[in-house]
Amino acid sequence: MTTSRTRVIEVDTLARVEGEGALTLRVRGEQLLGVEFRIFEPPRFFEAFLRGRDFREVPDITARICGICPIAYMMGASQALEDVCGVTVDGTLRVLRRLIYCGEWIESHVLHMFLLHLPDFLGVPDAVALAATHREAVTQALRVKKLGNEIMRAVGGREIHPVNLQLGGFYRAPERSRLAALLPEIAWSEAALRHLLDVLAALHFPAFEVDYEFMALRHPDEYAIDRGEQLVTSTGIAAPLSGYDALLTENHVRHSTALQSRRADTGTPVHLGPLARVNLNRAQLPAELQVLAEALGLPPDCRNPFKAILARGIEVLYALGEARRLIEAYREPATPAVTVEPRAGTGFGATEAPRGICYHRYAIDAGGQVLDAKIVAPTSVNQRQIEADLYRFAATRLALPDAELRHDCEQLIRNYDPCISCSTHFLDLRIEREPG
Amino acid sequence: MNTRSARNAQAPRRPRLAVWKFASCDGCQLSLLDCEDELLAVAEAVELAYFPEATSTVLPGPYDISLVEGSITTPHDRERIQQVRRQSKRLVTIGACATSGGIQALRNGRDVTEFARIVYARPEYIDTLATSTPIAAHVRVDHELRGCPIDKGQLLATLAALLHGRRPPLPSHSVCEACKRAGHVCVMVAHGTPCLGPVTQTGCGALCPGCARGCYGCFGPKETPNTAALSAHLAALGMDDAARRRLYQTFNAGAEAFRKAGDA
Repeated sequence: MTTSRTRVIEVDTLARVEGEGALTLRVRGEQLLGVEFRIFEPPRFFEAFLRGRDFREVPDITARICGICPIAYMMGASQALEDVCGVTVDGTLRVLRRLIYCGEWIESHVLHMFLLHLPDFLGVPDAVALAATHREAVTQALRVKKLGNEIMRAVGGREIHPVNLQLGGFYRAPERSRLAALLPEIAWSEAALRHLLDVLAALHFPAFEVDYEFMALRHPDEYAIDRGEQLVTSTGIAAPLSGYDALLTENHVRHSTALQSRRADTGTPVHLGPLARVNLNRAQLPAELQVLAEALGLPPDCRNPFKAILARGIEVLYALGEARRLIEAYREPATPAVTVEPRAGTGFGATEAPRGICYHRYAIDAGGQVLDAKIVAPTSVNQRQIEADLYRFAATRLALPDAELRHDCEQLIRNYDPCISCSTHFLDLRIEREPG
Repeated sequence: MNTRSARNAQAPRRPRLAVWKFASCDGCQLSLLDCEDELLAVAEAVELAYFPEATSTVLPGPYDISLVEGSITTPHDRERIQQVRRQSKRLVTIGACATSGGIQALRNGRDVTEFARIVYARPEYIDTLATSTPIAAHVRVDHELRGCPIDKGQLLATLAALLHGRRPPLPSHSVCEACKRAGHVCVMVAHGTPCLGPVTQTGCGALCPGCARGCYGCFGPKETPNTAALSAHLAALGMDDAARRRLYQTFNAGAEAFRKAGDA
């Protein structure tokens, strides 16, 4: 259907995302003919080679799905396997789990906000260029990011692919003095981040709103991070974790080599991540942060995806406060882990990775051998929403020169902090639409 | 883009650094961004000419230093690594995927069609090779940084050495030596915990024994590893053949010494 008047706008390698993806828009005149958000991450077959492994080996293996958010993959796997075995990790060990997850949120969110996403808003190629004009902001952000890594190292032994986590808890509980030593830097980071949030609140956010169906984990007692009891949506659904597969399905569709997650009944996309969490679980944030969110330009039920950067900022501030509270309350446990004995069955686990719900389901036999594994990365769910957003957004901006349109679309994709390495189920996602 | 190229035009030419990704989790290139205290200094010492995870800037080759993350698992990547090599004066592989094929080398010797069927509803769309292979199986590699992930201290030391025309200081002895120096109690001798430390290359800082667990070999085999002696000791500790195979064959399953020790 192409004619000489057809414009093709391509971004061969999408920059400042974790992993490799590409975007193609096909435009004729004022009409958008096609959007193709393609991911060329090679498949690595984790769910296949997990079969036959001993269940205790799983968290160290699933960590390798993503170097940016290994805790999400370790903890979701651990909780699913503990679920099979009838074990709940609680008390001090659970405090440590939430603490290391706060470290991952801080590190991953600050990386994305200031090194990967802020350059879009300010029209520069990267954080190094940003440092030329905003050196103090960049150095402060790097220092907060470093603290996130230090929390992960103090609890997990290493920031990327931590070595100290196991089913039932940890190999060695950190000394209280080691964690307490982080408190001054946490206090500094909380103060610094409030200044940095002022920088973000002053950004220009494109006027763009979408009637999303948000989805997040919910826990009755706290803002869900490392665990949750229900999957909730902005349309009023509340389901147990074991209801995930009935709620969202992965499809291999025609014209695509992608597995796409979408609502099983309606086929529509859902939106996961910081904006979904801040909207759905807002009442569980401290009152002061709810007020601050509003003041920054993030009102309740915000539906502008560009403001996800503000939602991340609120969550970093929350995670810093949580880390402080958890460390202050920490007392070294009598044992670093509870015993997890294998038993045959299927279990479910889900946590809120920085980018949204990360779901795990495992079946093991009585000896602990893995029979089946299913892992759904948050970006694999958001992918369909990203494409839907691109369609709506690009269709209103076709009069722009190619370079500007390309920039705006890249910025839109980065709103979701897509972690493409995790999402190897999406190899070649495309939408084709004939001109009407 | 414009601000940087204008600035670069006036400054003396800095060495060009490129960071390439093949099949991987991104963790090793993240290690560079995790050098929070040194990142801006590194970016002043080199020109970040190609590093898609961090910058939209794309400057043409040749590149003075290429860091290569990930393993070769697709026909397309098999071609792409040749182009990377041609454009690179010094090529440094970073991490277990690039140096041994990584965890995805667990497909090697297995039925990849069956693997694709387990994961994908339409496996015929999946364009993949039967094996995951290290970069050195395809092109000449100048230096390799081990680890899953790499150690960022080793990364910085390697960059500094290359920028000054020196050989990177990458020791090839075992984790045991670092473990002794760190003063850790030997988990295998004292507690009977299986540990790959005696046959694994140093570089991580003996992290696992420091957490009272055995080394899981994520830096791959050391030079001349005595896996036969270790395997005999593991058997004496009561480890069966299947568990021993899994211990050797996880993060560096494709490294020859670990593959053979697992299959023995």
